[in-house]
Amino acid sequence: MQNVWPIFKKEMRAYFASPVAYIVITVFLLICGWFFSTSLFVVGQASLRNLFQIIPFVLTFFVPAITMRLVSEEKKSGTFELLSTMPVTDHGVILGKYLAALALLGIAIGCTLTYAFTVSGLGKIDAGVTLAGYIGLFLLGAGYVAIGVLASSLTENQIIAFIVSFLIIFALSLVDKVLMFVPVKLASVFEYLSAEYHFNNIARGVLDTRDLVYYASLIVLGLYFSARALQRRF
Amino acid sequence: MIEVRDLTKHFGSTQAVDGVSFDIKNGEILGFLGPNGAGKTTTMRVITCYLPPSGGTVTVDGLDVRTNSLAIRTRIGYLPESAPLYADMNVVDYLLFVAEVRLIPAGERRRAVRHAIDVCGLGGELSKNVGQLSSGFRQRVGLAQAIVHDPPILILDEPTRGLDPNQIVQIRGLIKELGRQKTVVLSTHILSEVQAMCDRVLIIDRGKIKFDGSKEDLSYGMSGKERVFVELRAGGDPVAHLRGLADVEAVNVVSREDGGIVRLHIDAPRGRDVRALIFGAAVQHGWTLLEMRRETVSLEDVFRQLTTNAA
Repeated sequence: MQNVWPIFKKEMRAYFASPVAYIVITVFLLICGWFFSTSLFVVGQASLRNLFQIIPFVLTFFVPAITMRLVSEEKKSGTFELLSTMPVTDHGVILGKYLAALALLGIAIGCTLTYAFTVSGLGKIDAGVTLAGYIGLFLLGAGYVAIGVLASSLTENQIIAFIVSFLIIFALSLVDKVLMFVPVKLASVFEYLSAEYHFNNIARGVLDTRDLVYYASLIVLGLYFSARALQRRF
Repeated sequence: MIEVRDLTKHFGSTQAVDGVSFDIKNGEILGFLGPNGAGKTTTMRVITCYLPPSGGTVTVDGLDVRTNSLAIRTRIGYLPESAPLYADMNVVDYLLFVAEVRLIPAGERRRAVRHAIDVCGLGGELSKNVGQLSSGFRQRVGLAQAIVHDPPILILDEPTRGLDPNQIVQIRGLIKELGRQKTVVLSTHILSEVQAMCDRVLIIDRGKIKFDGSKEDLSYGMSGKERVFVELRAGGDPVAHLRGLADVEAVNVVSREDGGIVRLHIDAPRGRDVRALIFGAAVQHGWTLLEMRRETVSLEDVFRQLTTNAA
């Protein structure tokens, strides 16, 4: 586990030494800022509710974009062979890469804190709800990043990694919106599977263990199967 | 000390390595020779703990690759085929990263990297990104990352692949230099490389070992004989006289020409030099000796024999 740190650093450097990080963060902020500001004055409330509705949607393609190359590129270029003959475990590699993507996501989401400050200048903002919203966003993102890492570990092709993680994330964010088409008995199952349902719970300010367990299991399962995927070598 | 016992490795129904056993002693430079697809890379990948074996055991310094893989990895420096490196890092950052992953303590990392850079002659390329380097320098960076933690064992998969003749000579010199203190296993399908660098040769073909011995053993070939080629002009028939000499096992006529010119192959047991005897016989019988030389079977011939015979 002591090797998680150098891998984390290397991935952070890869993000910020190339235009990747700057481009994705800029695009992320542009989209969020546009949807946030256009409705802000229409609603006329000092709240970030709008933002917390739009970011989960943006994350469905933002997260795949930052995770798609993490493992697949190493597999394709053969650098993974060299890395895996160094004294690192597959779990260490996956964890280092996961944390780097999560940190980038944290930076992007953190940038939207400026909206909170802007709005608080316009009127009284509910600090509790805002904090809960950000905790929810971070957990949601952490779950999505684990899915992105898993998709990237399954293939050598970055495009496939992007599409697979987008599909899984999109499906998870969508299931609670199709509840009316689902048999009543299954409705609660679908609801529990929905990533956004748990996010909405937390954003409302209710930190329930059910929601925490959901995200924790998403992360653990995603990373566990990513490491398993690495062990299958050809 | 690397011990490989009955190693097998298959990918689905393809048998890549089929019951291979050999030892590599400390300080040896071992050449792993074979045609493409013979199982060289797979065997090396098992030793470096990249691939788990399907059957058999592989131990490095007494540690098993299945159970002690992390401990083995610290003892091995590995350069995979075509030197896969992170193209977007510069040379120093890359080597510092490797040093850190290789568990070199923070205080010694810079010194270790500097040493690797000096040994591999990378001084002028430090600020370039690895992706911008020529293939010769990429290969050197690959070697530098393999030696940065000063491992006792180096495993190099086709280290001179894709290099021009000058670079090949330089890299070979470098490997030979490193081989003075380390155990080196290198794979190649270039025979002159084995002649230039290795103490011992292992020929592998279709997953099986075809030859295991010193480079001299290999050049004596399958027959294991000392062979002398003689061209002489003699009045009578020299063959019978030559057969009578001590140590001579066989005399074969290669060709005859008008005017009594005979070309012969004379075989003797390994390690016996019969040339002085032949010369003596020529003087005694009044033959004119036109040419005499020791024949060494070329590695190419032996290699072709070993790897094309369906056995």
